[in-house]
Amino acid sequence: MNERVAIVGVGWAGFRPKTPDLSYKEMIYQAAVRAYHDAKVDPRTDVDSFVTVAEDFHEGTSIADEYTPDQLGAVMKPMQTITGDGLHGLATAVMLVRTGLCRIVVVEGHSKASNILTLDSITAYAQDPVLNRPLRLNTHMVAGLEMNRYLHESGTDEEACAAVVVKNRRNALRNPLTSFGADLTLDEVLAGPPLAWPLGVHQTARPVDGAVVMVLANEQVARSLTDRPIWIAGIGWCNDTPSLESRSWATLPYLEQAAHMAYRQAGIRTPFEEIDFAEIDDTYAYKELQSIEALGLCGFGEAGALLKEGVFDLDGAFPVNASGGSLGAGHLLDATGLHRALEAVLQLRGEAGAHQLEDVQVALVQSWRGVPTTSGAVAVLTN
Amino acid sequence: MTSRFKSFPGTSLSEEDFAQGEVLFVHDALKAEYARDTGVGIGAYLAGLRRGVILGSYCSHCRKTVVPPRVVCEWCFRPMSEYVPLRDTGVVNTFSLCYVTWDVQRISQPEIPAVIVLDGASTLSETSVVMGGILHKLSEVDPKAVRIGMRVRAVWKPPEERQGAITDILYFKPIEE
Amino acid sequence: MRKVAVIGAGMTKFVRRALETPKELAWEAAKMALESCELTMKDIDAVCFGTAPDAFDGVHMNGEYVSDGAGAWRKPFMRAFVGGGTGVFSSIQGWYHVASGMFDVVLVVAEEKMSSFYPHAQAAFLTIFDNFTERPLKPNLLWIFALEMNRYMTTYGLKKEDIARVAVQHKRNAADHPCAMLGEPNITVEDVLNSEVLAWPVQRLDVSPISDGAVAIVMAAEHVAKRLTDKPVWIEGVGWNLDTAYWTNRDLVYPRYVEYAARMAYEMAGIKEPRKEIHIAEPYDPFDYKVLHHLEGLQLADRGKAIELYLDGTAARDGNLPVCPSGGLLGVGNPIAAAGLMKIAELFWQLRGEAGARQVPGNPRRGVAQAWGDLMQIGTVVVMGR
Repeated sequence: MNERVAIVGVGWAGFRPKTPDLSYKEMIYQAAVRAYHDAKVDPRTDVDSFVTVAEDFHEGTSIADEYTPDQLGAVMKPMQTITGDGLHGLATAVMLVRTGLCRIVVVEGHSKASNILTLDSITAYAQDPVLNRPLRLNTHMVAGLEMNRYLHESGTDEEACAAVVVKNRRNALRNPLTSFGADLTLDEVLAGPPLAWPLGVHQTARPVDGAVVMVLANEQVARSLTDRPIWIAGIGWCNDTPSLESRSWATLPYLEQAAHMAYRQAGIRTPFEEIDFAEIDDTYAYKELQSIEALGLCGFGEAGALLKEGVFDLDGAFPVNASGGSLGAGHLLDATGLHRALEAVLQLRGEAGAHQLEDVQVALVQSWRGVPTTSGAVAVLTN
Repeated sequence: MTSRFKSFPGTSLSEEDFAQGEVLFVHDALKAEYARDTGVGIGAYLAGLRRGVILGSYCSHCRKTVVPPRVVCEWCFRPMSEYVPLRDTGVVNTFSLCYVTWDVQRISQPEIPAVIVLDGASTLSETSVVMGGILHKLSEVDPKAVRIGMRVRAVWKPPEERQGAITDILYFKPIEE
Repeated sequence: MRKVAVIGAGMTKFVRRALETPKELAWEAAKMALESCELTMKDIDAVCFGTAPDAFDGVHMNGEYVSDGAGAWRKPFMRAFVGGGTGVFSSIQGWYHVASGMFDVVLVVAEEKMSSFYPHAQAAFLTIFDNFTERPLKPNLLWIFALEMNRYMTTYGLKKEDIARVAVQHKRNAADHPCAMLGEPNITVEDVLNSEVLAWPVQRLDVSPISDGAVAIVMAAEHVAKRLTDKPVWIEGVGWNLDTAYWTNRDLVYPRYVEYAARMAYEMAGIKEPRKEIHIAEPYDPFDYKVLHHLEGLQLADRGKAIELYLDGTAARDGNLPVCPSGGLLGVGNPIAAAGLMKIAELFWQLRGEAGARQVPGNPRRGVAQAWGDLMQIGTVVVMGR
């Protein structure tokens, strides 16, 4: 049957603050060629359907799905664009395979953030155009509001948030696919300039360019292509309200529901025990702690203390963002979830290099679509 | 079910509703600016235009020459073999006489957009659905005289004014033959 | 493969300028679709959403903004996007949500509010063109249609006065649609030929109007559908196909991508002779010539011959192959994504015998809906049957 879906090939390109040598199409092509080589498939003959994740204003092109097929080998094929995060793209591919209509599906995500001169003003166009945008507030304020309420209700302190930055950027020093590796102290992070208090500039991931392509297949095809398929054991996604006026600020109901959906499919009841490591949202440092709690890895308000104890360190009981996360690698806009999935795949294959974790079988991957949204997705991967 | 529904939602407004201030609205202008990396293929194309040369790319696998040039052939997904300079003459594949500008201003003399298949690039045939056409405009021609199949030639900006852009070609005009 | 049915549908009026916000339009259509099959949001497992480019609304991540209006509060929510093909595609998205076994009941909403763009939505289309090779030429959206129409007409020697009959028939059909914006029972070919020339050969009445509106449907897995209704309309086949973005590198005379999408959908539906096995067609008709183009791509007419279906009455509502009995985009209006999903809703109503004054006679059993979009590039095709 088509119940089980595996990632059988991955490719990437870029992962730098600027990529002036390549157009976005050429960067995607580089990632695609690698993924097809990795999966041993020819996109022109073997792949049944293609999925891109993209948002028009990040592309600077209306109906940006027009420009998706050529550099992926998807011309004259069933191809669609999901205006979501990379994990929404993976979820779409999983559904397509599970219908039985497609045996092999390709998912692509990319960021050419360096080409966007007015990213902050574009993000502001995601605010409610009538109720919020006329206030002319930088959209990072939404993270400031959320962080403040989260700290207030959970009892988490600013030091714990700064410790996320220290951990992730230190992890990034071991990972060549990162741009912001650094050996910082808590004080250096805390002393940084504020962005939207209590949120500081150093606690905010910076955008980078990059492309990620993944090849997914049903069980039978996966086993014929590779002896190390990475299974998507569960995948879930959910939205809360887009309204700033009525959302839950301290907790993340959309993430709790998305995790519930993914865990149910994967048969996971006690995530902290059954999962070995996680690559999760750290667009803002506090989000890592808040997400750890929403994912059910510990109780509400407990993540900060566990972090300080070293539980989430590279050599801790439950490594979180061993790759360096978005704080260490940079934020890939709509491709961010695919970036995290890529890191999880490399770990589960034992190909992560200097930041390879020992003896890992089950990975948790999670993403959030960023301010001002309440859209999150969760995947459980196994080798 | 439409036969069962007696009324449908949705309220139509008229221009007067706005003119008379019956409906409130919030006006906003987008500030979305980009500086795009041209990359390898388009970078070569634009550099060629600045020199007065239209570059295509050739795929030895598909035996096709297309324009603008790109690094990968979208049909076989192999890297393109080489850049090929094309002639700045060609044939009108299709055209229009357009009486509104891009931002919907009415004009009395039409703009004449056309797809022009350049000499030296692939052409349609029994065995080929790929042709080396580009979008550009026609001028120095009576709009009524434009025909599909008409031969045309590029009219370039003076070399010192070229910037490495598609507008380094001002327009195409008919070739007297 | 799980069987998937459409079990409910709703739509707003299509209007030039709606009082309602995008969220409100989406909610109105969704509410009506739910009521039509006596469900509430509690019964909905996931929401699929379709809307065309964010530039119309001036809202970045517009799907996220409209999500609560579409009923996605604390639900799995996804927005798929294939340009003008989005409306029909949203039902394909709903289909794979259910057919995958991940969800049993899905709400699919397509909404468009084009009037927000100031002063004219057409200008928003400049940014669909290639930023290096085309945008500096300041193309109007109409260019690509005029270029395609000219190529099509000239290749086959078609006459403008014949093609105008498509617009006339659709606008007349729309006179029977309670949501239509441009239903005109008495319009004539002369009216079309005398309308303002926009981009020759395209004239004002060859084109569908920009509009505001929303449509929603409810889709369910077989075991649920059979419990909820005795008249499920099944999704029998789906297909979609995207051609190269290098549109000046291919012949616009024929939409191969529609053919590929149609063949994919027909294969899934087990259709071998579409002209005999399909009883109603709702091809995408933002321009009159596009209907002909699409009928040929759908294999319902030979190349260059689709106009004969209009000349000999085959395409009429009481003909052998009624085409756009709804009135289509030319008559009902063209709020882009919503207009595509309207075609799915129309087949739902027609196949259940509930289309009122628009009802096609003879108890039609199977229909095909199709949309198209991007740079003359994508075909989306759905076959529905009862």
